[in-house]
Amino acid sequence: MGYRLGVDVGGTFTDLLLFDTETGAFWRHKTPSTPHDSSEGILNGVTAICGKAGIAASQIDFFLHGTTVATNAVLEGKGARVGLVTTEGFRDVMQIARSFVPGGLAGWIIWPKPQPLAALEDTVTVKGRMSAEGEEVRPLDEADVRAQLGVLKGNGVEAVTVSLINAYANGAHEARIGQIAAEALPGVPVSLSHEVLPEMQEYERTLTTVANAAVRPVVGRYVANLRNRLAGEGMVGKLSLLRSDGGLMSAQKAEEHPVNILMSGPAGGVTGAIWVGRNAGIRNILTLDVGGTSTDVALIENLEPRRQRTTEVGHLSVRASALDVKTVGAGGGSIAYVPELTRALRVGPQSAGAVPGPVAYGKGGTAPTVTDANVVLGYLPENLLGGTFQLDREGAKAAVQTVADALGIDLMAAARGIIDIVNENMFGALRMISVQQGYDPRDFALMGFGGAGPLHVNAVARLMGSWPAVSPVSPGVLCALGDATTRMRTETARSFSRLATETVPEELIAVLDEMAAQTRAELIADGVPEAEIASEFEVDVRYAGQAFEVPLTITPDVLRADGIAGILARFDEEHKRLFTFNMDTPHEIVNLRAVALGRALDLPAAELPAGTGDPSAARIRDHEVWMEGRLMPAVIYDRAKLLAGDVIPGPAIVCEMDSTTLIESGCVGTVDRVGNILIDLA
Amino acid sequence: MPATIVQTNAVPFARVEIDPVTLDIIENALRNARIEMDATLVRTAMSPGIREQGDAFPLIADPAGKMIVGQFGSFIDGFLQNWDGTLEDGDMIFLSDPYSVGGAISHSNDWLVLLPVFKDGRLIAYTSMFGHQSDIGGKVVGSMPINAHSIFEEGVRIPPVKIWKKGEYNEDLVRLVMHQTRKPDWCAADLNALIASCRVAARRVIEIATRFGDDVYYSATQELLARNHRAMKTLLGQAVSEEPVSFEDYICDDGMGYGPYRIRCTMWREGDRVVLDFAGTDPQSAASINFYLNENMFKMFFGIYMIMVFDPQILFNDGFYDLIDVRIPEGSLLKPRFPAALSGRTHALGRIFDILGGLLGQKTPEFLNAAGFSSSPHLFYAGNDTRPGKGNQWFQLFQIGFGGIPGRPLGDGPDGHSLWPGFTNVPNEFLERYFPMRIERYETAPDSGGAGLHRGGNGIHMTYRFLSAGTISIHDDRWFVPPWGVNGGHPGARARKVLEKADGTSTIVGNKVEEVAVEAGDQLHFITWGGGGWGDPLDRDPALVGKEIVQRLVTAEGARAYGVVADSTGVVDPAATEALRAKLRDGRGALPLFDFGPGIVALRAACEAETGLPAPIQPEWPHVLAAQEAAE
Repeated sequence: MGYRLGVDVGGTFTDLLLFDTETGAFWRHKTPSTPHDSSEGILNGVTAICGKAGIAASQIDFFLHGTTVATNAVLEGKGARVGLVTTEGFRDVMQIARSFVPGGLAGWIIWPKPQPLAALEDTVTVKGRMSAEGEEVRPLDEADVRAQLGVLKGNGVEAVTVSLINAYANGAHEARIGQIAAEALPGVPVSLSHEVLPEMQEYERTLTTVANAAVRPVVGRYVANLRNRLAGEGMVGKLSLLRSDGGLMSAQKAEEHPVNILMSGPAGGVTGAIWVGRNAGIRNILTLDVGGTSTDVALIENLEPRRQRTTEVGHLSVRASALDVKTVGAGGGSIAYVPELTRALRVGPQSAGAVPGPVAYGKGGTAPTVTDANVVLGYLPENLLGGTFQLDREGAKAAVQTVADALGIDLMAAARGIIDIVNENMFGALRMISVQQGYDPRDFALMGFGGAGPLHVNAVARLMGSWPAVSPVSPGVLCALGDATTRMRTETARSFSRLATETVPEELIAVLDEMAAQTRAELIADGVPEAEIASEFEVDVRYAGQAFEVPLTITPDVLRADGIAGILARFDEEHKRLFTFNMDTPHEIVNLRAVALGRALDLPAAELPAGTGDPSAARIRDHEVWMEGRLMPAVIYDRAKLLAGDVIPGPAIVCEMDSTTLIESGCVGTVDRVGNILIDLA
Repeated sequence: MPATIVQTNAVPFARVEIDPVTLDIIENALRNARIEMDATLVRTAMSPGIREQGDAFPLIADPAGKMIVGQFGSFIDGFLQNWDGTLEDGDMIFLSDPYSVGGAISHSNDWLVLLPVFKDGRLIAYTSMFGHQSDIGGKVVGSMPINAHSIFEEGVRIPPVKIWKKGEYNEDLVRLVMHQTRKPDWCAADLNALIASCRVAARRVIEIATRFGDDVYYSATQELLARNHRAMKTLLGQAVSEEPVSFEDYICDDGMGYGPYRIRCTMWREGDRVVLDFAGTDPQSAASINFYLNENMFKMFFGIYMIMVFDPQILFNDGFYDLIDVRIPEGSLLKPRFPAALSGRTHALGRIFDILGGLLGQKTPEFLNAAGFSSSPHLFYAGNDTRPGKGNQWFQLFQIGFGGIPGRPLGDGPDGHSLWPGFTNVPNEFLERYFPMRIERYETAPDSGGAGLHRGGNGIHMTYRFLSAGTISIHDDRWFVPPWGVNGGHPGARARKVLEKADGTSTIVGNKVEEVAVEAGDQLHFITWGGGGWGDPLDRDPALVGKEIVQRLVTAEGARAYGVVADSTGVVDPAATEALRAKLRDGRGALPLFDFGPGIVALRAACEAETGLPAPIQPEWPHVLAAQEAAE
């Protein structure tokens, strides 16, 4: 085995992590992102990191990449011009959407009217109709189809999506339109809704298919460009992209089904956390990925992340599996303010972003931010990024003072107030994925990463009761680490919609076998050796009539042994845990899912040499922080010099190239054998 | 006699100093608890009205019953004043009778549960939630007979009772209630869901109090109320003048041939207090369109509209209630006397928001939106499924539709979207799968949004094809009195309903009808109103009007309301447009602040010709006239 390179392109930095699969040794590098053409920044990084490791780019076997290219195409409306063909009478399916207006009563007054992802002028309807039972009610009028496709051709659409009513029950009309479109608009890619998402609910199916079509050319161009540039550097390794659900897919497959990489970015951190957890012996983890403008949180139980059936991008909810990552508008750049009317202290969601950024960065920012509060309190010492970057503490103080004055409290209390509020916002997001899902956060460790995660992880762990608080090795490039260490994955879903009483295990097993064969074939086609593929299954159950299903993992063997009753007993238990009650209502088996996975890589982490437990060799200097309402002495350490087993009493600050870990008073950090800092109550 | 609260720990909560940060943290924690209530409900409820459309409302209150988080305001204080019994740990109240709670819920379809939350022997909070049940028995399917003359015709009425008593579940009570409905399965699941939501919130309150201390938690809730009071006091002083302003609007009819019914509200400020007086509102109806408006609920609506603009992050609560004085005449449409029928209250409830907008907008342009929050269109369809293989199985559908959102200072109103908080439409494929119907059309109605610089949102033209014989009922409004435009914007188009038989003949159906028989193959065109326009339509960019012709949101004919001359492909004739605009400008006077259309008299005269329906007859209230004469 050789080298795996994980690359995560963020808004400000491109992070790289090169992993030696033999030794577990790794090298990391951060380089400015190049938004006009990301491959430029990536290549800069590849050259630099190969130099650090002393290898040639040709020695890299796998290039594994998390990217927000698809996300941004949707958010910024820069996807392809998509023509939509739908059933007569449903022209406005995307315009009306689900009629939902956010913001509660009177929220409509301030809600901007959204533009549909497929423009109305590029939406045509055709005659022909299927019933909900999948029977043809009216035949497809092919002359009409050709005429309508002609309209789209005249409009110059770059992609065509066909989404007809009840196509989930019978896709024959869609398939025929697909054939005609291939003749009428040669070279224009066509997506059919019954292929992309064979599920009921016309808006969600149409949106998902349109989103797929809209980002396809963008992702295609991106991948082709990247592939060429990498080849130019002599890279011959396999290129794979990170899916929203935390698995990998080949770049070719991602080009066809880009809807699966819409949330590729945040998924990297979660898969990175799993790798860290496996090596640290921690199996239940809440993740806290704190960036400049927002924080992503996710839940990992027994080293498996929670997944959901939808991917949320902006105001759109696309039906594709994704890790259940919740985002709150709370990050280092979040702005603190005091509205005149209520005199309450608010932090975010407005952010100073990268430009102008926090006051302390000295790039022209004037509004007090979370980072400024951290600087004022002494949590962020004045040298960042290995000392190349000086923070403006006096500027930060002046900005936070404006908040203090508005609240009528002193500077330090105001700064700590800002930190407490932002921590509380993160806590709120963590509750949504833990307590609200029936999990007790005290059974989980909390792992903080991203630029500012390790600064907040100790305080948030205290709120949650989630110990230890973990500052993983290289928290600043954990997403790239996740890209490098996860495995291939694909999945398929099918509607079953049958009462449990009318179902026998053999039927279910037959369908599951068929789905397993389909997903395994996909991975084989992607170059995964058959012997390495593992299959997993899930079944969604609910009380008949409910809208919400509980997913349960099963295997054909368990199904044979315990029968349908075994599934239902587990459902009742889970329902009670989530919602506090059970019902006598019959159970419905709603959906079946099969997942095929490539081999789980047993990638070890490199061990640190053992120390004596005394960290003083890593001490940089003495320092002061404001904590528990007073100034107290603290020590700053250099993370690179810490050894396994070192015990660091709080308050203390641990610095490294791209991140800073804060250990609070009353807590103690222990360096584990692979370099993670585990913080517990003293 | 007021309620007796049984506490095993009589020590009162102490008011302690709260630092602003702790206060904000508790505020956020309560906000999260409320979001959790919604999530729990939607996931476990079964009736499409709640699980697909979200017709349910939560709240968390302090021990005195004041709402700390929620959106429809608290009725608890009124309930406590009238509850002649005890409340203790392990109790839970269940009710649905509007007359027992001063109209805090406004028709019997809304089932409400109230959970007093005790911690260490002391009452520390209430959690409560109500949700619309799809059927509670009574004379018609869906239990909202527009032609009811008393509440006794509108299904089961549940006075406040203990569904849980000191930890013991009253199963007999629930069996008795469930026996009254046509859909006991939906009702049982939805009731469970309401209870689960309240319990989840109660658990959160106890966790918060444990984390910060009971006294800190309690003091924080009081401070949140006080903060809201201070904020509203400032806002009212700025935004409401001492000089009275009035606004009035109409409910088109009562479904029995009479209408329109006037709702009038006058607002003025006296020192710190704002008076909202509904004097001039018509007396109650003999049918079911009465809306028993709870004063506190109206204060909440008013406050939300005020605060939305100034600090949308603020948590709405009951703190400002003593700054508002709401006066509603007894025996009026908004405070009918028992046992007046109430089930069709949705039209007046919606209209209240239009009135609020018009009232506030007269003096504060940032509030001035056009009309469109006008009703909540309902369709009921029920019968036995006669299709082969369906076993003649009973089905019943209750579906809420949407009109167009009004033109706003911010921009155009969204087409076919919901003004009701949290509501969504039902997927058409879901309807076709579970009901004997096919949806032939689900599109916006072109030109239905009122013309304006900012166009009103279009209403929806939905065509149902019924696949089994059955009966339908329709409740809608804004078919006679149009949704008004503002600042020069035109009114939106009115609602229409057309029944098309298999042989191609069509009949106009009323907008409030009960139990109309339909045959398999019949099509119902259910067309909702459009939102009113905002600003001068002659100022709208002609290119945008041309684009909306291509998008079929506006027709070439409709474009003339904007002074735009274009063909049916959206190609604009600039010279002709300029000429038409000049001509229209010359021919009109100063732009009115409100454009109500031609007025009631003219609407009445043209009604039959324009709508295909007879004009509603002016209702008369002999007893009111007699009283007036006696007074003179």
